[in-house]
Order: sequence, then C-alpha cells, then structure tokens
Amino acid sequence: MLKRKQLSEWIQQTVFVGPGLLFFTLIVILPFFMGFYYTFTSWDGMDMDHAKWVGLDNLKRIFTEDDRFWSAFWFTSKFTVAAVAVTNLVSFVLAMLLTQNLKLKGVLRTIFFLPNVIGGLLLGYIWYFIFVRGFSTIGEATGIGFFNLQWLGTPATGFWGIVIVFVWQTAGYMMLIYIAAILNVPKELMEAARIDGAGAWRILRSVTLPLIMPAITICLFLTTSNAFKMFDLNLSLTGGGPGNATESIALNIYREGLVNGRYGLGTAKAMIFFFGVALITLTQVWVTKKKEVEA
Amino acid sequence: MEEKKRYTGGVLVLEIIGILVALLFLSPFYFLIVNSFKKLAEILLNAAKLPEVFSFSNFKRAWIAIDFPTVLMHSVVVTGLSVLALVIVSSMTAYRLVRRPTLFNKILFNVLVAAMIIPFQSVMLPLMRITALFELRGNLHGIVICYLGFGLPLSMFLYHGFIKSVPYEIEEAAVVDGASPYGVFLRIVFPLLKPITMTVIILNVLWIWNDYLLPVLVINDSFTTIPLAVQKFFGQYLRKWDLAMAALTLSTIPVVAFFLLLQKHIIAGITAGSVKG
Repeated sequence: MLKRKQLSEWIQQTVFVGPGLLFFTLIVILPFFMGFYYTFTSWDGMDMDHAKWVGLDNLKRIFTEDDRFWSAFWFTSKFTVAAVAVTNLVSFVLAMLLTQNLKLKGVLRTIFFLPNVIGGLLLGYIWYFIFVRGFSTIGEATGIGFFNLQWLGTPATGFWGIVIVFVWQTAGYMMLIYIAAILNVPKELMEAARIDGAGAWRILRSVTLPLIMPAITICLFLTTSNAFKMFDLNLSLTGGGPGNATESIALNIYREGLVNGRYGLGTAKAMIFFFGVALITLTQVWVTKKKEVEA
Repeated sequence: MEEKKRYTGGVLVLEIIGILVALLFLSPFYFLIVNSFKKLAEILLNAAKLPEVFSFSNFKRAWIAIDFPTVLMHSVVVTGLSVLALVIVSSMTAYRLVRRPTLFNKILFNVLVAAMIIPFQSVMLPLMRITALFELRGNLHGIVICYLGFGLPLSMFLYHGFIKSVPYEIEEAAVVDGASPYGVFLRIVFPLLKPITMTVIILNVLWIWNDYLLPVLVINDSFTTIPLAVQKFFGQYLRKWDLAMAALTLSTIPVVAFFLLLQKHIIAGITAGSVKG
C-alpha cells in the first residue's frame, strides 16, 4: 500500500514538474553553465565541437585590449543612469496627475501606456523616421534649434535619442505601478498630515514617497535591468553609431559572436555582463528595500 | 471607492496639461500614419503635413514587400503555441511546488526565481549550440521550447503566488469524492486560476509577439515573424520612407488592436503581474 502511494507520488511529481524542469534545464541552466566553460575556450561558432581550451586568454584580451567593449560598458552605464532617472521621474509625475480627479483619466492612462505594447524594434524604426525626417521638418517650420540638431548623427544626439524613445516606451508601464501604489496610500494619513498643516510638497515627501517605496523598488529594478540589457532600440535607432559611440553591451556581445564569429570571446563578455547585471540590480534592490516602511 | 471631490479650476488646469502630454505621446503615431499615405516626394518636402490625397498604394506595395499575411500568420502561430505551452506547463509546475513543498521542490522554486536575473544575452551563444545539437533550430517546436524555458520562471512565479491563496479544502473534498490528482488539478484548480492565467497570457503575448533576438537566432529565415520581417525590410529599403512607413503601420496594427480590444484586462493584468513580481 505504502509502495503504491510512493509510486503514485513519483508519477505525479514527474507529470507536473517534469516538463517544466526538463525544458528550463535545457534552455536556461545548461547554456548558462556551458557559458562558464566556453569563456575559457577559443570556440569560433563555425567549428562548434572543437572549442579549444585557451585558459584566461579571452579575459586577458577583454581587460587589456578590447577598448570597444569598455566603451560599450561605459555607454550602457551612462545610458542606464539617464534612462532610469528620466523614466521614473516622468512616470511618477504622470501617476500623480492621473490620481487626481480628472475626467479623462481612463483615456489618458490608455494613451500613456500604448507605446509599451509595441516592440522596441518597431518603435525604434518609427522614431528613426521622426528623428531623421520629422524633426527636420519641424525645425524648418519653427526654427527651434533643438529640432535642427543632427539627430542620431552625433554621439550626444544618438545617446539622448535612445533615451527619449526608451522613456516614451517604458514610462506608461511604470506609471501603472506608481498609480496602483499611490491609490493604496491611506487617505486618513494624507488628511491627518493636511490638518497638521503640511503643504502638498511636504505630504509628497513625508507621506506619499515613504509609503510607495515598494513600488519605487520595483520600478527602479525593472527600468535598471531593462536599460542595462537594452538591445532592440539600439539596433533600430543607431545601430551603435556613429562609429561605435552608442553601442550597448548587449549589441557588442551579439556582434562579437554572430558577426565576428568569436563565440568564445563573446561568451566571456556575456559572463562579465551577467555579473554586472546581477551586481547592479541586487545592490539597487537591497538599497531601496532598506528604505521601505510600513503604513 | 474614491470620495467625491469637486471639479475645481485647479483640476481643469491639470486636465489640460494631461491632454497636452497625451498629444505629445501620440505625436509619433501621427507621423507614422500620415506619412504612410504619402508619396516619397511629399514626405521629403514636408513630413508633418497631412497627405494631399489619401492613397493606399503604399500599403499595397508594403503588403507584398514584407509578405504581410505570411509573417502575420507566423507571429500568431509562434506566439499562440508558446503562450499555450507556457500556461499549461507553468501552472502545473507551480501547483506541484505549492502543494508538495519537498526539499527538492523548494530548491527548484528558488533556482527558478534566481534564474529571472540571467540576461538573455548571457546564455544566447551557448544556446545556439544547444539548439543545433537537439535540432531545435529552424523549426516551430524549437522556438516554442525556447520560449517555454525562458518564460517558465516568471509565469511559474505568478501562478505560485496565486495558488498559495487557493484553499486546500476544496481539493480535499474532491479527493474524498474519488477524483484523481490530475482530475483535481484540471477540473477544480485550473478553472480557479483564471485571473492569474489572464495576467500570464497577456504578459507573455506582449513579450513573445514583440521579441526579436530569440527568433532571429533560432528560426530566422524558415519562420519569419513580424519583427524579423521589419528588420530585414529596413536593411533593404532604408530611405524608401513611403514603403517603410506603410510597412511599419501594418506591422503595428495587430498588437495595437489587441491592446485596445483588451485594454481593461491588460492594464489590470500588468498591474497585478508587476506588483507580485
């Protein structure tokens, strides 16, 4: 009797967990650990079965010779800081606006969220046209210098061009999270603060912000990790140009592997990238979590 | 429920600011749509004006140039099958992990959650090797399996959180009535998961439909989806704005239609998903 029950438990475990475990291991875990091995080989992608062990050569090369990788790293870091700051500021302001007593708040929420459902590649190409043709048309008509810049043609306009599109795409999503959090702040607390003579700014700083810290943690985490892994917008908007001035790490890894065919070197970069992402996101969550308080 | 407030002048000002910002948010769509009706010369002359005549000829040419019916079908099939597989597999996995918290299952849960931090680019090159080795490259089941692997952690996590709140007594009663463990899951538990299933479907549809990198690595030419077709198209016709804008409009319509039709569910689902995630 006990045996049969045990057998049935085994079968259940296999049926319910088996498929998920199998495919997850095959698609995520296995490649992840293979990555550690390929980091130390001269695997060239063509000859996939003959990855030669080269020890620390790849890492040495990345740390001493590969200026392009480090310029991609630096670009991605700067981009992440700018994109995270602007996105969260914009989405928080939008959320504050849409938690007021507006008649059109439902429609406005839909509009602000709309860009988020379209993929980064398509959005990038739509904006490519706007930067290249649309802005110059507006610039000619109005004479405003901002529109007459050589958009996407210089490192600075390429950088800010991607930031603008990133914000446009992501702000609506973060706005939804902030709205949910703001609506959860107890009305009595705001009322009490108001009776105590606190102004709008003071209420925001001392009541609203501390109480929505969990939402801030989530939004900072999502925007940081998305910005750091940015790929589609980069490919469609600037392709890393002019030169390699706006090449992100993700694009650099992709090209090292699939364009240059240096899979071993690409994998070594991908592992450095993994530790970078893990370090940055975990630190950020740890720092903001500490600031969370109970109502 | 929100308390009733008076509609004051201050709120009216905020309303107007909101409308102006919304127009700014919509302006890229204005450029996209008006220019897909124009002739190339008209676009080059002035990209901001309305078209002199609304002509569908760009759409006709773009329709053929990117083979729109085929790529649309590919996107629908890839997204549909992958999401279906994800819903089935991740709900079953999560159910078992909640109801039988053995040491193995607890470790598995933590590994799945931890894996969410691995960026796709970190595994993509070795994944090329795996997909070649197991003949998952260039075919439909290959990409579905890849999406299953990458999507499982988040979907499982969402189901896990939800199943914890489903009372166990309902299942016990069914077992007493003679239902098998599989019957209990299929007929009793799974229907109760409907709200979170909606969230899982929406998040995964938006992700897989718009994904570029995984399909370009795994199925590329044999099963071109919309993002791949757009990328290829821009490689060829970069400055043919008239065709390009029409192709982009066509490619944007399905997902925007999906959003506008289901916007209530989507906004609720996304809010639920991210607050738990």
